[in-house]
Amino acid sequence: MWSADAPAVEVDDLVKRYRKAKVNAVDGISLRVEAGEFFALLGPNGAGKTTTISILTTTLAPTSGRIRICGYELAKEPSEVRRRVGIIFQNPSLDRNLSGEENVRLHAILYGLYPYRPAFRLMPDEYRTQVRELAAVLGMETDIQQPVKKLSGGMQRKLEIIRGLMHRPSVLFLDEPTRGLDVASRRSLWAYLREVRERYRVTIVLTTHYLEEAEQADRLCILNHGRIVAMGSPGEVRLSPAEEFLELDATDRAQLRLELKKLNLNFEEDGAFTVRLDGRSAHEVIRSLDVPLTRLRTRQPSLEDAYLKILADE
Amino acid sequence: MNELNAIAAIAERDLFKFLRDRARLIGAFVFPFLLMFLMGGTLQLNLGKAAGFNFIGFTFTGVLGMTIFQSASQGIASLLEDRQNDFAQEIFVSPISRYSIVIGKIIGESMVALAQAAPLILFAIVLRVPLTALDILLLVPVAVLGCLVGGSFGLLGMSVINDQRAANQIFGFILLPQFFLAGVFNPINVLPWYLEILSLISPLRYVVDLFRGVVYMGRPEYHKVVLLDPEINLMVMALMFAVFIVTGTALFVRRETNR
Repeated sequence: MWSADAPAVEVDDLVKRYRKAKVNAVDGISLRVEAGEFFALLGPNGAGKTTTISILTTTLAPTSGRIRICGYELAKEPSEVRRRVGIIFQNPSLDRNLSGEENVRLHAILYGLYPYRPAFRLMPDEYRTQVRELAAVLGMETDIQQPVKKLSGGMQRKLEIIRGLMHRPSVLFLDEPTRGLDVASRRSLWAYLREVRERYRVTIVLTTHYLEEAEQADRLCILNHGRIVAMGSPGEVRLSPAEEFLELDATDRAQLRLELKKLNLNFEEDGAFTVRLDGRSAHEVIRSLDVPLTRLRTRQPSLEDAYLKILADE
Repeated sequence: MNELNAIAAIAERDLFKFLRDRARLIGAFVFPFLLMFLMGGTLQLNLGKAAGFNFIGFTFTGVLGMTIFQSASQGIASLLEDRQNDFAQEIFVSPISRYSIVIGKIIGESMVALAQAAPLILFAIVLRVPLTALDILLLVPVAVLGCLVGGSFGLLGMSVINDQRAANQIFGFILLPQFFLAGVFNPINVLPWYLEILSLISPLRYVVDLFRGVVYMGRPEYHKVVLLDPEINLMVMALMFAVFIVTGTALFVRRETNR
């Protein structure tokens, strides 16, 4: 029996090489996601994020490596793993020929939550109440009976999340859940996801291209070419590779340029001077300058700075 | 019990999908009727006397077998469409057995095929094909068996094809010659040896012949129309079903997880 204190996801040396491929799509990944944690996988296209998620959700077989989800060995007990995970796929996975409720009902029956009945009104009271409550949370009480093809993209995404949560999964995998959504739908979806996290205390594993989404995570992991190139809290990842910057300006810019060159500092000029500290302290640099400054500001690296630096260093 | 519920839900989905697709509904009813009416009618007028049996009845049993077999086999290929639409992932991450998915799919597509067979029997009565109540009753289990053979044949084909477009092209290529090799519209009592071999390995031949065996049982033209005893047709169909379902399911499940 899985204890809630144990890691929700444990991955040891995971490797995946697709048939006929010359390189590994996932190349020796090891990671742990604690129960209740919000964990983000970040990386450029082809980094191995979706491959990793597909393996963790049992839709793809790994080439090698050991995976445990909620204490269950994925290779030996895939059905137990499937019972404990929910997934929102990168591409919408609703059946467009069915209504929203019929999609939810199909899911509930596949997960053994309720017996099969051919119509909503014939389903047990408990199911009908659960669907009505979930629909109310999303404000789609009437829309849920509509054919999926009539729902907006944002509404379809929410419906997928409702469906994915029906069986109360311990771990919810979200594979680029906001891809293709407009800004308003993205915000509304994230507000809903925050509510879901608080209400169900579910572990979330997210893959995303959006750095501002990854920044919300407790911890994030940057993948590139199938390998982990950075992992930690957003703050740790932000600070680990990227340098602090100084923004300087002076009336005598020629003199400032000369002094910065004498100090062997790397800088960019775009009106003002953006100076990379390269391990030196801001105080030390300022003390070494004689030219009177008209502007002085330190700049912390953003997650985007760190992300780009990490990928560039690869 | 969970597996049975899941099978029922997957099967129901396919039936709903069919009943909600107006274009598919119209095509499924009109096309076999036209075949029966035009093909059977013209063959009867021109060749009926010489052949010594009624071609409308002959074409009815052929088109019935063809509709059942083709609908069930091509319907299974819709798993490929589901996968391209990513709906299949929802089914494949659920904790049900992979075999339940395949069985649910075959039952669902069999229900779709049976739904298409019902109006055909009505057309046959309108076109005065001599059918007794017992004949009609016996057609039901034969139709179910035909669905199972068609569905398992479709599963085997689908397990080695990667996408829906290729499936449509390849299934058309495999099914069209079978219509002639199985004698859907044309008698195949005499065939050159090379076509005889191809005919003998066509699953549709046995489905159509079993339908004819049931409809023509006890009639004077039985031996002119029916090729094999119903027991032999049943045994061959059972063998083909077993081979197709085991191989097809194994290949399909392996491919789904070893991509």
